[in-house]
Amino acid sequence: MLEYVARRLAMGVLTVLAVTVVLFLIMQLMPGDPIRLIADPDRIPPHQIEALRRQWGLDRPAHIQFIYWLVNIVRGDFGRSIVTGQEVRVLIATRMPFTLMLAVPALLLHYTLAVPLGLLAAIRSGSRLDRAIIVTTSALRTIPGFWLAILLMLVFAINLRWFPISGYQGPRSLVLPVLTLTLPMLGGTVRLTRAEVLETIREPFVLTAYAKGLTHNAVRLKHVLRNALIPVTVMFFLALPWLVGGSVIIENIFAWPGMGRLLWTAITNQDLPVVQGIIVIIAVLTVGANTIGDVISGMLDPRIRIELEEGR
Amino acid sequence: MKVMAAPPETAILQVDDLSVCFETSRGSVQAVSGVSFAMAKGEVYALVGESGCGKSTTALAVMRLVPPPGRIRRGHIRLGDEDLLALSDEAMADVRGRRLAMIFQNPLVSLNPVYRAGSQIEEAISLDSVPRPVAWRRAIEVLGRVRIGDPAERALRYPHELSGGMRQRVMTGMMISRTPDLLIADEPTTALDVTIQARILDLLMDLCSHSGMALLIITHDLGIVAEIADRVGVMYAGSLVEQAPVYELYEDPLHPYTRMLMRALPRLGKGQGRLETIPGSVPDLIALPAGCAFHPRCPERLAICASQTPVSRVVGGGRTVACHRGEVDR
Repeated sequence: MLEYVARRLAMGVLTVLAVTVVLFLIMQLMPGDPIRLIADPDRIPPHQIEALRRQWGLDRPAHIQFIYWLVNIVRGDFGRSIVTGQEVRVLIATRMPFTLMLAVPALLLHYTLAVPLGLLAAIRSGSRLDRAIIVTTSALRTIPGFWLAILLMLVFAINLRWFPISGYQGPRSLVLPVLTLTLPMLGGTVRLTRAEVLETIREPFVLTAYAKGLTHNAVRLKHVLRNALIPVTVMFFLALPWLVGGSVIIENIFAWPGMGRLLWTAITNQDLPVVQGIIVIIAVLTVGANTIGDVISGMLDPRIRIELEEGR
Repeated sequence: MKVMAAPPETAILQVDDLSVCFETSRGSVQAVSGVSFAMAKGEVYALVGESGCGKSTTALAVMRLVPPPGRIRRGHIRLGDEDLLALSDEAMADVRGRRLAMIFQNPLVSLNPVYRAGSQIEEAISLDSVPRPVAWRRAIEVLGRVRIGDPAERALRYPHELSGGMRQRVMTGMMISRTPDLLIADEPTTALDVTIQARILDLLMDLCSHSGMALLIITHDLGIVAEIADRVGVMYAGSLVEQAPVYELYEDPLHPYTRMLMRALPRLGKGQGRLETIPGSVPDLIALPAGCAFHPRCPERLAICASQTPVSRVVGGGRTVACHRGEVDR
């Protein structure tokens, strides 16, 4: 198991490295010269521009620049915002908690609703309840997030005045954005859970479990759910980075001071160091979550563990 | 109509007029129609027949585990003095494993892949409210009883780390761990290779003779039947067409279907070249032919066979047969 974890971690580090290479190449290929952004060549003499170029290390060959950039990132130094001059590290550190404040409750709410609903739909498969669950969650899935956000604001913030309309003003501000993140995603997980449970119920080992004398509930809990939830658990970990990266639009609509909004502003202002910093963080989160997902699925399913330990 | 081959006071299992059907969009599939048989304590009874003749469904009905959309339409199943079809789901779950257990055809997929072999046996044993460490120790003992070498180590293995024969032993161990009165084995060796087959059959036989457990074995392999069964029931298209003690059935099969089944057996040293087959095919269970279900394939059919369903008759020595031919001949 330890070897398996080590292997997954090594793979993860390599993946992040690949992402940084691609990110750096994109930066190099971007039109425009960062020095010109901070020093207007019409007003600054050429030798001073050259001095600036040397000072920022931009006269070095690309691969040397890449190594410097990478080493700095590893030390946690993502550079400074071109627009505000603040350290990117500090910017991200102040925004990240706000994004997690939305993402973590959204993810927990999503799974505490979706898994029991999926299980219920599977156990009552073919019934009216099953159809009601599937139709409702699928319909929610087709609603675009921005539209749902505006609808929720209109009903619960403007008409009913139950929750603040936007910004962060204490825990009550969480309700609407968390709902906006959660509701459209329910459909996928409900369907996955339902399909996995239905598939597992047909497995011969479930018949074995009944034959040895277990009750309905024991079979469902220990044999059906235990196996059906393996893919669902993996999806849980894959969803976290998506929530962090995918909250750009929602954070904007709710004027939420999180990473998504920071990324949005940075992109519109062409604030490259900030954009890079956020992308690297999202890449690390994605790879980290994937690795955790792999390790967890290995812990839950001994067959996967063996396959990965001995197969490759 | 009741047929009792074993006297009721010693019967461990008694099935009367059992009918099981599956409601499908095409219509009602009559998988088992009016099957009656009884088993004595410690007896080995084999149900034989072609694929789809209803032998597995009969076994699942005894376990009350017929998968939906199937349901038991008619009949009685008694295990000892308990009327199984009258029990609540909870009471039936309590009977399963404790008094009545079943091993399945494919050991490769019949064990839960995420639990260790020992844990799956331990789970069965702890249903008798045995503390976990004791249950684990007994699970290892059970693995020894089903002749698994190094049981303490093997108990820690996951199913995919064990061979097919080993997995069938684990399954057998799991099912006999609570010493049931009756073990049902549905084609227990079909998925295994021949040398392993013999060892599993040996094991089942030994377990029966040592513990007095009765064994209901489902198979299409008449070789296996000859080797281990005391009595045999031959099924065709959901009906029990003939039952007899194993020697008598092989010596003197009464039903034309049984006779053809025997002739289809490969024999050494006969040098006939081609194997005999039974012409025609198993009837559609949604639209069974009128009269005797076998009559379209029967070389000895009479006029009455196409119109009237033959009733099982007792023919001396605990034998029954459902054929019009015998009524006329004998």
